[in-house]
This record gives sequence, structure tokens and C-alpha cells, in this order.
Amino acid sequence: MDKLIDLGKYIEQGINVLEESLSGLWGAIDDVISWTVDFLNDTFLAIPFIVIIALVTFGAYYANAGKLAFKKEGFKKGASLALFVVLGLLLIWAMGYWKEAIQTTTLVIVATLIALLLGIPLGIWAARSNMANAIIRPVLDFMQTMPAFVYLIPAIFFFSVGNTPGVIATVIFSLPPAVRLTSLGIRNVPEDVIEAGHAFGATDKQILFKIQLPLAKTTILAGVNQVILLALSMVVIASMVGAKGLGSIVYQGIQQNDIAKGFESGLGIVVLAIILDRITQAVAKK
Amino acid sequence: MSDNRKTKIKVEDLTLIFGKRKQEALKLLEQGVSKEEILKKTKCTVGVNRASFEIKEGEVFVIMGLSGSGKSTLIRCLNRLNEPTAGKVIFDDHDITRDTNKELLETRRTEMSMVFQKFGLLPHRTILENAGFGLELRGEEKEARDERAKKALETVGLRGYEAQYPAELSGGMQQRVGLARALANDPEVLLMDEAFSALDPLIKSDMQDELLEIQDKLHKTIVFITHDLDEAIKIGDRIAIMKDGVVEQIGTAEDILTNPASEYVEAFVEKVDRKTIITAETLMFKKHTALEVHKDGPKGAVRKMRSIAVDQLPVVDEHKRFLGHVWLQDVLELEKEQAKSIEKVINTNVPSVYKHYTVEEMLPLITGIRHPLAVIEEETGKFLGLVTQTSLIIEATRFEKKEVIKLKEQANEL
Repeated sequence: MDKLIDLGKYIEQGINVLEESLSGLWGAIDDVISWTVDFLNDTFLAIPFIVIIALVTFGAYYANAGKLAFKKEGFKKGASLALFVVLGLLLIWAMGYWKEAIQTTTLVIVATLIALLLGIPLGIWAARSNMANAIIRPVLDFMQTMPAFVYLIPAIFFFSVGNTPGVIATVIFSLPPAVRLTSLGIRNVPEDVIEAGHAFGATDKQILFKIQLPLAKTTILAGVNQVILLALSMVVIASMVGAKGLGSIVYQGIQQNDIAKGFESGLGIVVLAIILDRITQAVAKK
Repeated sequence: MSDNRKTKIKVEDLTLIFGKRKQEALKLLEQGVSKEEILKKTKCTVGVNRASFEIKEGEVFVIMGLSGSGKSTLIRCLNRLNEPTAGKVIFDDHDITRDTNKELLETRRTEMSMVFQKFGLLPHRTILENAGFGLELRGEEKEARDERAKKALETVGLRGYEAQYPAELSGGMQQRVGLARALANDPEVLLMDEAFSALDPLIKSDMQDELLEIQDKLHKTIVFITHDLDEAIKIGDRIAIMKDGVVEQIGTAEDILTNPASEYVEAFVEKVDRKTIITAETLMFKKHTALEVHKDGPKGAVRKMRSIAVDQLPVVDEHKRFLGHVWLQDVLELEKEQAKSIEKVINTNVPSVYKHYTVEEMLPLITGIRHPLAVIEEETGKFLGLVTQTSLIIEATRFEKKEVIKLKEQANEL
């Protein structure tokens, strides 16, 4: 059957117009993201791996143990994750994927930061205005259900291949939980506390910063955790557009039918995922 | 209650309508259309219906009614947490309903503080930070606000809890924090919305006592919302009773108990223990006939007793001070003896009461005596009137008058 509506074509035309008319903006975004990613990569790779492992291990330990870090109770809480971090990171290093792991982590960090920078304000807006909520929610639904590969097409279109389209596609893919959980957290703040704030003469800004955000903190941090994990799961796909890191090794493994490569790099991603997840969860619990 | 105090808050024709077609509903309301009709026609609910009252400085003004009566809506109109649809709220000569947002914030920050049924404390802040929250919002330095918050916490009996978190405190203590937060702002007006309703009865009673104690020291103007008439009577100088958004009656506890303005008010009043509220002043027969010791001789006394068909009368001196009672049989003896004065037979060993004595306090006094209780003025001893035993028993038992007389007769026969 012939197409009655050529929706795809209109979208394509729209994207074309966007690409041409705002080419300066895309260039600027590309520059900023590439520079940030490269800078972080170079910095992390300049530090001896053993120092990074030590720092991450202590971070993981402290996130769990908190103030009890130097007591027996703290040791009980924090030791198992710390042990996992040491062994996991040493394994990645020993398999020879240290550089790729750093590249992947950098991508995840940059994408997560951008997603939070966009997602948290959007979530606040969606929580405070029903109209904004009505607009944002279907867009988020769309973003989450659209197959992730599809984002790669416009990403390449705007930014050609490399780290930037990878980051952009990752941001789009991992943004929804930041918005949703921020909005949910704020909407769940008990009405009586808000009312008390108003009764004592709080401005809207004071309500937001002194009441809503602190009370929504746990939910928002759960959103941050989700964003990080989604970002990590996107890096394999992002490698298809030239993003570097463990994902690209996985991709090579698929293309070359190399089971060893695929397994090792896949395992590396799993280790990173578990470490990031446990650390952010421990932070969110506080 | 002397009412030459300044008016602190004056509410004039205050109306609040919920819904989208407010103005239409307001017009209908002004035409006298009923609440139900308005709901049907415009889908608007009338929350508060042309309420008018004045609250004096330093007064505890209680607004009471069942849930849905509009009392919580009304109190929120005073600080505009609810935006009134029509009418005025005049606070110290300026109309709050016309305030700009900035002025309104200022009023809320400095002049009116609120205490909530559900406390409304911030769970992530310590007790001290919660108590100082109002001060923080208006931008006071941490040191200054901590000091005032500490003082406020002391006032409500929470010294030593500063570093704890709300979840670590019981409900009653949490509400003390709520009260401390309001007091720390040092407002002129305290708005208390069912502040003690969520508490256990015992703790509730404690908090009421505490509030009265604090009020004794601080003399705030307090607007207190409750659905509990006992609470209203205990703490209110005056009580406004609300039903369906309308203020049905305003008066002192006694006004309302003795002259309920409508069946609704009466239904409330019936549940109250009147013994603890009705006073001698309400029950007494005012300007009751009395004998003046140096004017009325035995003959005059007999005449007076017969004219109002009693066998005993109170006796006063020339300054109308109460001396005691005389009995008909004694006076008749005197008459036979041709005595000139009744002074000899005055029974001075009789109880008398002040006008603020309650039924509960008077009941024990009437056991073993047959005469009415004289009510006298506290400062001068002046005779004011009589409280008869029958009326006391009626109040105490809520029996009909006939039944009481019958009971009394039976008792006398025995």
C-alpha cells in the first residue's frame, strides 16, 4: 500500500531545517562536549590507575560507612563493596581495558551531568505546573519507548560521528528518569508542610529550596541512580556512532564474532555498572 | 470581660466560594439563593458565607463547628492561604484582602503565625531549626534566630530537645514545636487550626492548659479552630459557632450554652457537661427581695415573705451587704415577743457564693441546708441574688422541673 501520510519525510525536513538554521549552535555544542570529554579522559588517564582505584575504593567505602568509617560498625557496612571495587577494577585493568573503562566512565559522567542539568529543572517545572506536566509527560513517554538506536540518526546528522553524538543520544535516552523522579519527589512532599511554609511567609523560591527539594532529595537521588545506569547501558549503542570506550570493544566483538573480546568488555561494563549503582544508592540512602 | 479593648481583627461579610464560576455564584448568594441551589446551578461550593465578627486584642477567639462547616477555610482567609471571594479582613485598620503579595508576605512573616493540625514540621531539620524556620524565612541571621527559637522552645517546655528531629518526638511534643515555631516569630496574632485535635485526650488537655498559661504571660490575640465544644469552652473568651459556612452565633461560652441561637448550636450544647460551665450568675434570681436589717422589723418581714410566698428571706445591711437568712417561724416568734428588730434571729452561719461559681462547685454546698444560696459580689459582699436548690438540681441532673420538685418532696417526706 502506498503511504497516505509521509510523516517520516516531514520529520526529516524539519530536522534538515533545524540542522541548517542552527548550525552554529550544533557546532558550539559539539565543541563543548568534545572538549569536556577529552579533557576528563586525559586527566583520568594521566593519573596512575592504582591511585584511581584507591580513590574509588575509599569513596565506595565512605558512601556506605559514613561517619563510622573508622569504626568497626562502619567497616562491617562498607567493607564488602570496597572489596568488590578493588577486585573489579583490578580485573578490568588486568584484562587490558583500563583506558576503555575510563573512556566509558567519562561518557557516562558527562551524559549524566547534562541529563541532570536538563532533567532536574524540567522535573521541577513539571511538578509545579500542571500544564508543563501535561506537555512533558507524553514527550518523556515518547523518549522512553522510541528504540534507542533511532536517536543515533539525528545525532549523527547534527554532530557527525565521534563522542558527541554518543553523549547526545545517551542524554536523550537517560533523561526521562531525572525528570520523572524529580517531579514525583516534589509532588509527594506533604501538602501540610508546604502550607506551613506559605503561612510563615515563604516565597515560591523559599518553598522550592527550603522545603520541596530537601524533602524530595531521596527520590531525586533515586532518579540520578537511574540516569547513570541508563547512560551506562546506552554506551554500547553509542559506540555505533563512534563513541569510544568499552562499548566500542563490545561492538567490535559483535562485528568480528570475537567471543573473548565481547565477554571481557561486557564484563567490564557490568563491573562499572555495579560499582556506580551501589555507590549512588548508598549516597541516596543518607 | 471588659470590651473596651482595641479591635484587632474585623471580618466583614467575608465570603469564600470554591469553583470556577465564583462571581456568578456570589451574585446568587447575594440574592439569597441557598448553598445547595448554587452548587446545582454553578457547581460552586460556598465555603464561607458572609461571615462577620470582630476579634479583640488579647482575646482567645474560638471558631467551632463540625467538619465541613467552613471553619478551617475561614481561618485561612485571615492570612489569605485561602483567597476570599468577597468581603474584608481588617487587621489593625488595614484591609488584608487588598494587600499586595509583598505586603501579605510581610504580614505572614511578622504579624500572624499559624499552628496546624498536622504540625507541618520539616522532617529533615532539627527541632531548633524547625522552631526558627519562620525567622529564617524572613531572613534573620542564624545566631539571632537560634537564640529566639531556643527561647520559644523553652516557653513550650522543650528545652533539651533542640538537636533532635521531629520523627523522634511524640505527637504532643511535635505540636509544641509547631507552637514554638509560631511563638518564635513573636506575632501579634496566633492562628491555630485544630491545633490539638490530632492529640490524645490527656495530652490535648495538657496542651490546652499550657496554651492558657502561655496566653496569661504573652497576651496574644488567638484565633482557635476546633470541633470540640469542651475545648472551645475551656480556652475561648468568646466562641463563634459555624455551620455550612455561616457563623450561627457568637458569644461567651455561657451565652451560647444558656441561649443557643439555633437547633444546631443546641445540639452541640447538649453534649457538654453543663455542670462545669453554668455559673451562679446565670442561675440566680436577680434583685431578689431581701430584708434590710435596720429597716424591716418582724412585721415587715412577715409581710414580705407572705407576699412572695416563701418561708425564708435573705437579710442585708444598709450597704446591701449580705448578712444571712431569717426563717418565717423565727420571725413569727419575734412578732409575738413584740421585738422591734430581726437582728437576733438572723442565721449567719450559711454558705454564700460568688457569681462565677459553677454548678459543680455549688452542689456540695446545698447538702444539709434547706434555703437557697445567696450570691454576693466578691469585692464588696453586696447581695446580688439567690440560686435556688431546685435550679441547681435541674442543671446538675438535666431533669425537668416537675420531676425535681417531686424528688425534693419525696426527700422531705423521708
